Amino acid sequence: MSVTDTRLEAPTGVRAHTVGRAEDVPPGEGRAFVAGGVQVAVFRLRDGSLHATQAACPHAGGPLADGQTDPDVLVCPLHLYGFRWTDGSSTAGVPPVTRYPVREVDGLLVVET
Amino acid sequence: MRVLGGRPEGLTSLSLDGDLDPRARLVVVGNGMAGARLVEEVLERGGGEQFRITVFGDEPHGTYNRIMLSPVLAGETAEDEIVLNSHDWYADNGVTLRAGVRVERVDTAAKVVHAADGSSTAYDHLVLATGSHSFVPPMAGVRTDDGGLLPGVYGFRTIDETRAMLAATSCCRRAVVLGGGLLGLEAARALQGHGLEVDLVHAMPWLMNAQLSREAGAVLERSVASLGITVHLDVLATEVLGDGHVEGVLLRDGRRLDCDLLVVAAGVRPHTDVAVRSGLEVERGVVVDDQLRTDDPDVYAIGECAQHRGAVYGLVAPAWEHARVLADVLTGTDPTAEYHGSRTATKLKVAGVDVAVMGVSTPERDSDEVLVISEPKRGVHLSVVVRDDRLVGATLLGDTRKVAYLTQAFDRGTALPEERIRLLVDLSDGREEVGVADLPADSQVCNCNGVTKGAICGAVADGCGSVGAVMDRTRAGKGCGSCKALVKQVVEWAADGDVAEDPAAAYYVPGVPLAKPALVAAIRERELRSVSAVFAALAPGGREDARSKMGLASLLKTVWGTDLVREKDAEFVNDRVHANIQRDGTFSVVPQMKGGVTTPAQLRRIADVAEKYEVPMVKVTGGQRIDLLGVRKEDLPAVWADLGMPSGYAYGKSMRTVKTCVGSDFCRFGLDDSTQLGIDLETRFQGIESPAKIKMAVVGCPRNCAEAYVKDVGVVAVGSGRWEVYVGGAAGATVRKGDLLATVGSPQEVLTLVGRFLQYYREHANWLERTYDFVPRVGLERVRSVVVDDAEGIGADLDAGMQRSIDAYTDPWGQDGREPATPGQFRAALPLLPLPLVPVR
Repeated sequence: MSVTDTRLEAPTGVRAHTVGRAEDVPPGEGRAFVAGGVQVAVFRLRDGSLHATQAACPHAGGPLADGQTDPDVLVCPLHLYGFRWTDGSSTAGVPPVTRYPVREVDGLLVVET
Repeated sequence: MRVLGGRPEGLTSLSLDGDLDPRARLVVVGNGMAGARLVEEVLERGGGEQFRITVFGDEPHGTYNRIMLSPVLAGETAEDEIVLNSHDWYADNGVTLRAGVRVERVDTAAKVVHAADGSSTAYDHLVLATGSHSFVPPMAGVRTDDGGLLPGVYGFRTIDETRAMLAATSCCRRAVVLGGGLLGLEAARALQGHGLEVDLVHAMPWLMNAQLSREAGAVLERSVASLGITVHLDVLATEVLGDGHVEGVLLRDGRRLDCDLLVVAAGVRPHTDVAVRSGLEVERGVVVDDQLRTDDPDVYAIGECAQHRGAVYGLVAPAWEHARVLADVLTGTDPTAEYHGSRTATKLKVAGVDVAVMGVSTPERDSDEVLVISEPKRGVHLSVVVRDDRLVGATLLGDTRKVAYLTQAFDRGTALPEERIRLLVDLSDGREEVGVADLPADSQVCNCNGVTKGAICGAVADGCGSVGAVMDRTRAGKGCGSCKALVKQVVEWAADGDVAEDPAAAYYVPGVPLAKPALVAAIRERELRSVSAVFAALAPGGREDARSKMGLASLLKTVWGTDLVREKDAEFVNDRVHANIQRDGTFSVVPQMKGGVTTPAQLRRIADVAEKYEVPMVKVTGGQRIDLLGVRKEDLPAVWADLGMPSGYAYGKSMRTVKTCVGSDFCRFGLDDSTQLGIDLETRFQGIESPAKIKMAVVGCPRNCAEAYVKDVGVVAVGSGRWEVYVGGAAGATVRKGDLLATVGSPQEVLTLVGRFLQYYREHANWLERTYDFVPRVGLERVRSVVVDDAEGIGADLDAGMQRSIDAYTDPWGQDGREPATPGQFRAALPLLPLPLVPVR
């Protein structure tokens, strides 16, 4: 599988962290990891693409890795706020989520924080 | 015979010889509600120091509440609960009660009362409160040679008659009730509740003709008939059949109704024998003036035996007014007190139907305004009569929400609204619109998500053109949903009426543009067995939608049972891990506890688990189970294994729990084994997927201790092995009493009927539509015709569909606990960050 999120250029000082194996994240679901002391949620959509966000919802701290996804948004399980993959913005006016570049390298998940 | 309100040591209370007593002698004939109330009113005015009071009562009992005989007959009220003043009460208050002593005659010249036991009692003031007796219409064979009623024939007036009828219900099968007034209807309902087949015969063309208009009577008839009581109108019974015991009645039109119990409730007549024998003026009742005085200056009459300005009342309220006025007069508290007649307004429950009646029932003059709202299907009939801008009559049948307002308007003659319809219904336009406009911008409309009116208006100003778009943007109305109507009003007001119709409102889920029936048909036809297959085939552009996944996953389980391709990502987190997510990302664990019944061993295990996993809170739930709150996700499989109990499904859109009362095993009022039936229901329907959660309850009597009337499915034992099944009840953000679906004769029938109702609900309800919205939307009549009468011929299909789901049941804890369904199913989602902590109590 190729690198799927190249839209964000990693700023200087950013480091890549291997957080787990590719099969740790089943299709359509999310899992939480720690990448260099930062908690992240990694998602694999049904189209195969990988995405990573902050692990806690900016609204009320909900566990985003337990949310549901589609090609457009991630929905937090606590109060069902939606966040767009394109820019992390909320569909309902709460603060946006921070996104992190994530890719698969030799069957491993690599997140840059 | 047991004396109601009696004293353990005997009936008589000792009274000292009164020769030295300077107090005047007040004698009351009649120990019913009027006589007893008079004594109370006199005592309240300090009359105990003025009068030596003696009360004669025909019945041996203390004073009891005659109005409550119907619930006693129905088995809903114990007879001890209807005692108003016991023998002890009389003794404690220094009143001599001569219970069981009938007064024969009054010598008004000598001022002496002669009683049937040969005693003579002198009086200074005498009050007749002799009440009424049952009127037995002339029918051949109704009486035996000695003048008594034929065995098996009962009046419905006294506790002794009620006891006799109650005793008879256990060995009778068919009852005929003569009289379609209040008392007859109550008797019919009560007997029917004991499992008897009941025919009601009424001589007039409609029920409760004295209080209701013909139209209202017809609506009531429909409601009564729906209970299973057969109503015969406009026909007289001419003969009572049976030799030695009643076997049936013959109607004037030649029909014969078989019965082994006959209740005569064809009205009452004032009890005036004593007054007649004593030479007092009697017409229909004992004639009294405005101070309740008869034509003898020291003799008074009150209650149902009195006739004042031509009126004889059969209700308790006028009797109490009589008692107040007469007590004022006798004690001198207000020697000029006068009674000027009663405007009778009454609110009662007849055969399970709420009825409120005041004043006239139909217009009487050409200029009278009348407004009628009649919904026979719902059993609702409302009418008001207005004369010269004053309310002169109102009838509320089946819906008495406006009774307080109307009673006030009727009693006080307060001003009436210009639009008369507002007398009967709260309109949602007009005033409501002003209400929305007047709402300050910072007032909260949606309390769940904290959305203000200003935020909603802002969303509209930003271009949200439909209610749905505003709800998506602001999340208003997306919590409990109870504010949706208000949100809609605010949006319409803010958009100045320029609101687009929301086509999506009819979709089962937002991401697939089909209503539920079309969606189910397409899923079946195209054999779509996974959520991603549904999106690929039916969504615009084959596009997934996160917010539609949960509803589709549920629907597929309903349609296919086990025969589907499960996709974990389509499930909400609760369903993925079989526990309910909490605000801090931990979970609550509720083991199954069928019918709320547990054992010491289970409790011990729950306690051990709570300690071992440091569960922050252990709480008893509203559904009679035990909730372990704050369990870490990664601990879930181990917690389940240690508990060794099946899942209680406290997290799913599924059948949750069946609450029960202790039923007949321990409760002294229990009519049937509600606990076992609750366990059986929970066993049969455990974990059944549905459009929204389903809560049930079974109670062993109509006291309803486990709140069955406000459950999605509520079952109520009514005695003689019969059960009432209620559906569509709620006691959450919405409170609604369930509708009576049917009364059935065995637990097995309850299981079948509930299964069929649930399957119909599962197949036809919208996603997240609770039964309390579903049943009114579809209509109770429709639901009943499908699931009870099988009018559409789909009963067998429904039963088979439900059976398929029941057969597909597996305990998810046992399943996923052993081997995770997906990698990392129970991996912590929030291992590090400090979250808002729920305090440990």
